[in-house]
Amino acid sequence: MARIRSDSRSELDLVAILCLTPSLLYVLAMFVYPFLYGIYISLQPKKRDAGIFSNYVAFFNDAYQCNTIKTTFMLALPTTIAVVLVALFLAYGMRRGIWFERTITTILVLPISLGVVFLSEGILGFYGHNGWLNQLLLAVGLIQNPLELTHNSIGVIFSLFMQNFPFCFLMLLGYISGIDPSLESSARMLGAGPWTIFRRVMFPLIAPGLIIAFALVFVMSFAVFPSAVMVGQPAGSTRTISIAAYQQAFEQYDMSYASAIAVIMGLCQLAALVVIVLVRRRMTIATTMGVGKR
Amino acid sequence: MRPSRAYAGRGMADSIDKLQMSITKRYGGKVVLDQFPLEIVGREFVTFLGPSGCGKSTALGIIAGLVPPSDGEIHLNGRRIDDVPPEKRGFGMVFQNYALFPHLTVFGNIAFGLSLQKRSSEEIDKRVRDMLGLVRLAGYEDRYPGQLSGGQQQRVAIARALVLHPRLMLFDEPLSNLDAKLRVEMRAEIKQLHTRLGLTSIYVTHDQAEALSLSDRIVVLREGVLMQVGTPQEIHDRPKNVFVADFMGFRNFLDVTLGKEAGGMIEAGFKGQILQARARDSFHPGERAVLAIRPEDVRLGQSGDGVNVLRGKVELVEYLGREQEAEITLDGGARLWVRSHEKIVLGETLDLTLPADKFVLLRRE
Repeated sequence: MARIRSDSRSELDLVAILCLTPSLLYVLAMFVYPFLYGIYISLQPKKRDAGIFSNYVAFFNDAYQCNTIKTTFMLALPTTIAVVLVALFLAYGMRRGIWFERTITTILVLPISLGVVFLSEGILGFYGHNGWLNQLLLAVGLIQNPLELTHNSIGVIFSLFMQNFPFCFLMLLGYISGIDPSLESSARMLGAGPWTIFRRVMFPLIAPGLIIAFALVFVMSFAVFPSAVMVGQPAGSTRTISIAAYQQAFEQYDMSYASAIAVIMGLCQLAALVVIVLVRRRMTIATTMGVGKR
Repeated sequence: MRPSRAYAGRGMADSIDKLQMSITKRYGGKVVLDQFPLEIVGREFVTFLGPSGCGKSTALGIIAGLVPPSDGEIHLNGRRIDDVPPEKRGFGMVFQNYALFPHLTVFGNIAFGLSLQKRSSEEIDKRVRDMLGLVRLAGYEDRYPGQLSGGQQQRVAIARALVLHPRLMLFDEPLSNLDAKLRVEMRAEIKQLHTRLGLTSIYVTHDQAEALSLSDRIVVLREGVLMQVGTPQEIHDRPKNVFVADFMGFRNFLDVTLGKEAGGMIEAGFKGQILQARARDSFHPGERAVLAIRPEDVRLGQSGDGVNVLRGKVELVEYLGREQEAEITLDGGARLWVRSHEKIVLGETLDLTLPADKFVLLRRE
């Protein structure tokens, strides 16, 4: 490759283009085209005489629809914060390895392999109105009435937490254990205790990875659908934006309006990503410069 | 115990009077350090020398407080310190991979320890700048570690430790990530800093040349056991056993049986020949022993009196620049390494003289 590069620029470009072609075609066919087609449909309202943006206008004028953004946000944000914090705590604690590490990691990661439906069924069976947890607490006498942990936003947050935690934990564990352990030793030799080491050495180095993990968990949580239906209250407190889109598409058979809602959902996720990436850039410019040689 | 008070109004470095220890370290069932004894006085430069896995870095980690000892005690100026955490010991440490904080500038790295001591910003600024001058990095304050060369990074690491006026400096193979030329330069710089600032230093290395050039005393370790302690001259000229001799560049080890002793010389039977060596206490006639000699001490050709002359064929020649080193197969089948300025031709048969006073008589292991 080195020879090709020095001999001729265009030859390299040709090779690069050839190598990229299959994946480019895939992305074009499976993502770009459907995405653009969705936007196109959303601009073709069911009612003939309506303007091209009438679906979007209708969405934002209808509080019942428009509030789904807030509802989804209020599910995704607490979930993301909880997932990232717990994963950070555990991954930081396990960064130098602990006893039974493999077993513990397997247990923590297991939910990923189970699938959302199975997970939701499990949550209903354990945390539900007549679930094991309530039966146990009632039997012991700790509570007089069953706790309502499912068919509301708590249930959805539980479910989202279990789905997204393993992914976030693995990502952070890899990131944190990749940080040179002698940095901690040198900080100690300079007089830093454990908390100072975390605050002044480790956290600044973890922050870039933490922010990316936050962004990905947030976007995944924002797209919540099955658990919002199964362990939530899809007609009320957990009527997320994806449910709104689903109802328009398969209950009202208004594909155009449904597409408009899907586009709005995508834009919300994109906006969140942009904000997070901007924050990351402000926070970590020094770090990326510093780790150049590591 | 806090260095901040201990150093107020004192000089560049506040050396210790005495560090004494005897420590054992076990990992699982394996003994990594076996009652490792050490006594260091103030302003001394002591090197732990040994091959990888000999326990030298573990010993340093235990002195630093980063590795808990399994057994034993460490006393500093008569006070026990093995239960004091590393951040309270007031020691400075330089790591093999520099361990600079990548998210902080050179200034931020050197100021790190001072800012933890809540020093005023004027004092921090002054001390950091003084230190940068000392390690010849003035003007690099705002660079990040990733923008520096290896040698510069290691100088920042040294400055970061020295700025706190450590009572004891610990160096964990600080030069082994640098190229050969830079290593020699940095070696001289470390020695200069040590002398100029009146430091007390412990230095870990597997490089005998580094140990010889830097140290007041060398501690040779093997598999967690202390092999020999002495000045560079003692270690270099009078190794106590085959391991130390081998490590210090004796390449020739002749298995001999000792004969009679006369006039300070002892006879040694080697493959049917009688060699003469300088006698040593505690070796007796009839004993089996080892005669060690460096390749550069073996002379080409016959000596005047014909004593200690061996004959052999040149099997291999290595060109070393000013000299050559050759492997000779002796008539009896043994092999001998020779180093000489004279030209040695592959395949020729040579007479070699082994001067009696260059032999080191060692116990067979």
